[in-house]
Amino acid sequence: MKSLILHTATRLMIGILILFSLFLFFRGHDEPGGGFIGGLVGAGAFTLYAIAFGTDLTRKVLRVDPITLIALGLASLVVSGVIPLITADPFLTGKWLFLEWGNSDIKLSTPLLFDIGVYLCVVGFIVTVIFSLEEEN
Amino acid sequence: MDTILPIIAGAIFASGIYLLLRPSLILTIIGIILISNSVNLALFTLGRISTENPPLIAAGSVMPEVPFANPLPQALILTAIVIGFGLLAFALALAYRSYKELGTVDQDQLLKDPEDTSTAIVNNTDNTEKRDV
Amino acid sequence: MNGFLVFPIIIPLIVATLALLFRKSSVMQRWIGVTGMVILLASVIVLFRDVYVDGIQVLQLGDWDAPFGITLVGDMLSMLMLGISAVMGLIIAVYSLYDIDKERERFGYYPLLHILLMGVNGSFLTGDIFNLYVWFEVMLIASFILLALGNSKNQLQGALKYVIINLFSSLLFLFGVALLYGMTGTLNMADLAQRLPEVENVGLVTTVSMIFLVSFGIKAAIFPLFFWLPASYHTPPVAISAIFGGLLTKVGVYALIRVFTLLFTQDIGYTHTILMWVAGFTMVIGVLGAASHYEFRKILSFHIVSQIGYMIMGLAFNTALGLMGAIFYVLHNILAKSNLFLISGIAQRLLGTFELKQMGGLYKHYPFLAVLFMISAFALAGFPPLSGFWAKLTVVKAGLAVEAYVLTATAILVGLLTLFSMMKIWLTAFWGTVPEKGVPEHFGKIALFGAGNLYIMVVPVMAVAGLILLVGLYAQPLLEVCLIAAEQLLNPSVYIEAVLGPQ
Repeated sequence: MKSLILHTATRLMIGILILFSLFLFFRGHDEPGGGFIGGLVGAGAFTLYAIAFGTDLTRKVLRVDPITLIALGLASLVVSGVIPLITADPFLTGKWLFLEWGNSDIKLSTPLLFDIGVYLCVVGFIVTVIFSLEEEN
Repeated sequence: MDTILPIIAGAIFASGIYLLLRPSLILTIIGIILISNSVNLALFTLGRISTENPPLIAAGSVMPEVPFANPLPQALILTAIVIGFGLLAFALALAYRSYKELGTVDQDQLLKDPEDTSTAIVNNTDNTEKRDV
Repeated sequence: MNGFLVFPIIIPLIVATLALLFRKSSVMQRWIGVTGMVILLASVIVLFRDVYVDGIQVLQLGDWDAPFGITLVGDMLSMLMLGISAVMGLIIAVYSLYDIDKERERFGYYPLLHILLMGVNGSFLTGDIFNLYVWFEVMLIASFILLALGNSKNQLQGALKYVIINLFSSLLFLFGVALLYGMTGTLNMADLAQRLPEVENVGLVTTVSMIFLVSFGIKAAIFPLFFWLPASYHTPPVAISAIFGGLLTKVGVYALIRVFTLLFTQDIGYTHTILMWVAGFTMVIGVLGAASHYEFRKILSFHIVSQIGYMIMGLAFNTALGLMGAIFYVLHNILAKSNLFLISGIAQRLLGTFELKQMGGLYKHYPFLAVLFMISAFALAGFPPLSGFWAKLTVVKAGLAVEAYVLTATAILVGLLTLFSMMKIWLTAFWGTVPEKGVPEHFGKIALFGAGNLYIMVVPVMAVAGLILLVGLYAQPLLEVCLIAAEQLLNPSVYIEAVLGPQ
């Protein structure tokens, strides 16, 4: 779409939107938020870009094919589910790893991996749909 | 609330059925959307509504403040909404595609039985030739 | 706890992920697609042994105890269904190597096929009614895309009907789940089975059971909810038709068997009488529909409907013999029906059409194909000593045992009419003379096992025909296993105890 306002606003917005989506994603660890809603906002950013600059440029910005994003997301989901099988726990059991780094605790866990998978799948799915509808015209 | 919400859900369901029976494909899909929302509303109502604390565990404690709301219906609805979202996105894309391909949204014409399905296998010859090499 | 129970679900998921990652290379796709099916089959065999030896196997996902978490339950019925789905998956994957074109492969045919199987396997394994809804949706979304993949006019028309009616049926299912949750406060099927008898309002429970009957009935294509099936199943490529016609409707039948033996047994006099009527009408209407059509796959689609009637009939009797017959019928029907679809695909490759009026001469030029067709068609019609005979015999015996004479007579009559439609195909496509025009040049020239790579399609068909013969000639072991499954179904306390622990 050719519109100076949209172009300028999009350049400003895309960074904020992606940052906000990551914020929502990490916040989801203990509070409302999480991979799904974060992924929706992230997909919103790329959708906006696709409307403003067309899908070819968006593909360049995204660097990865959206379907590959879905595949990577699924892979991450599978890995998060399979990790507990190593210790003979049922599929999808939550496993946690607490690390201390300076003053802060870092909590790594299979639910986090699962959430990353959800995030990637949501972004990939929505961007795929938007791209194929946009490229139709 | 316990009496109003089921009535609203029923009304939305009925409107959905009405739209489902309209000839236009788009109205049919909107009907499905309405029914989907009314079912979610029913699921929400059937999980019992009450004014209680949100089922979130504050930092440092091991359980939410009693009395807390039942989180399960909300989890179920969220799942149902996400699934419904994916399915409806697909249904809309399909409707759009059919409109482009068949040039109408009137279901009487759209849904006539396909005449000859032998052509469904596209690139038939192309496929066999390549594999012979 | 049996960690293996999750494998029939995650193996297709892993395979689909890998196939998506390597979607650019069609060689990789094919290797991954077929190898994945082999691994799936192996894992199911291991599980089957566990269940056969040690009884019902249970897995609490995420280590959350029942009834709070999601439970996977493998009883004999689940295992039999899983086994047949894995076998069909492998057969279809091999058949697809030739049948599915490059374009569809590029758009993700193999990942979708595996996701479809994941949904089907998940439905067979889950012990949670809401989770069953989720697996149904996984299966549906994959089937939607498979049906529409390729975007030809016919497919879009077929897909629209299929999508809309199935969306509606899923929503009804969800509504039923909501009512169940409102009545009992639980979603775990074993827990539900325990608490539903305590609900005072029996009428309400029966109403919910009817909602489930309509919802699963749409998916299983019972009378009067089957019209979408013959209108859509003959539009996609044959490999997809075959897996849809073979497996997907049977998932609906599985769900019906599960809920009407485990959950809704309060008012058997009412619900199971309705099931009997439905079974009778489904059989008759389906077979009459088939008699009036002249398109190869459309005839087969109507026969799916008709055969579903037999399965519902076995379920409606609610006796060990009836359920055993129903389960055996499902297994036999998946084999015979899918094989007929696959054969119709080979015939189409040779003659260039599915219209019976433009077909002919297959027997003269391809006698081996005719033999394969005859085995499957006679099995479908219930000729001894093929698999269909034992299936029909068990159902009929069950009918006589409960003195449902009219329904049993209908079942036998419908068997004859089935033979009539199969004869129609045989007389035109196989015994008929080669049509004068419109026959592709290669007809009669390329051999089944010749240079044309057609053998990739013929070998899976041979394998299934072999299975039909094996099941027919050596039916006793399978019948016994079906009887174990039926007895487990009739005694829900075993299921409940396996899931919730000793009461």
